[in-house]
Amino acid sequence: MKAVVNVYLKEGVLDPQGKASHHALDSLGFEGVKDVRIGKQIILEIDALDRELAYGQVKEMAETLLANTVIEDYDIEIAE
Amino acid sequence: MKKLTVSILQFPGTNCEYDTVYAFERLGHTTHVVWHKEETLPEDTDMVVIPGGFSYGDYLRSGSIARFSPATKAVEKFAANGGVVLGICNGFQILTEMGLLPGALKRNNNLHFISKHQTIKVINSDNRFLNQFENGEILDIPVAHADGNYYIDDEGLAKLKENNQILLRYCDSDGEPIVLNGSVEQIAGIRNIEGNIFGLMPHPERAMEHILGSIDGEKMLKGFENA
Repeated sequence: MKAVVNVYLKEGVLDPQGKASHHALDSLGFEGVKDVRIGKQIILEIDALDRELAYGQVKEMAETLLANTVIEDYDIEIAE
Repeated sequence: MKKLTVSILQFPGTNCEYDTVYAFERLGHTTHVVWHKEETLPEDTDMVVIPGGFSYGDYLRSGSIARFSPATKAVEKFAANGGVVLGICNGFQILTEMGLLPGALKRNNNLHFISKHQTIKVINSDNRFLNQFENGEILDIPVAHADGNYYIDDEGLAKLKENNQILLRYCDSDGEPIVLNGSVEQIAGIRNIEGNIFGLMPHPERAMEHILGSIDGEKMLKGFENA
């Protein structure tokens, strides 16, 4: 089973990489960009009996290691 | 002066362990370098230092993987029993990842690796670390980090203040606050509430001799002799 974890800085926590990229987009002439946030995507291949169990496992992984919940939020997608 | 036995952790990617050995031995202490796979600390350990570097290549987040090493677990126990722990730079990042110190260290707001001598102000000297200084003293200690941007939410910040946990802030040579890396309120170093765990981004072990440009680090580390 494939699980995808998206990790990004919480709303309200300044994202310096997003900000720099936003400036770059502006200076390249791309209009209408209101905000840029940069996160990371962690793709896991796991053995699990069903999606619910997979979700539970991945959530624990995210809370323990994959995200630092002091500054980051995450979401989980279970595919296949 | 109390002679200490200082255990200094070493992970793959740590690079300040021997500078730290040099610094503490120069002050007359005994040191052990403890490989991260060790499950226990040397029995005579009086103090643990988690030194600077790039443990596990800073993969995922600085300090995030080192947190789960056997030696780190031993440090958790040592600290829970009141043992003195100092985290320098990557060591500070590891201590926040472990949850032994509040907050987190994220990418510098200018996205640069900042490596230079930096003035910092002593905010609270009434502790086992900075007791050689007066509050308000301005020190010159090198910094070298990409992820030194200290973040804590408003509630956490209020707690830090309430418990006098803020130890050091970045400042200019007159002691006025400056934005170095985007840290909340220019925080450069903190301690835990109990007062046995300390973390800072600047590198005292790099300010031990006049030839290095400053001896303020020597005075810093001397504080532990009175601990």
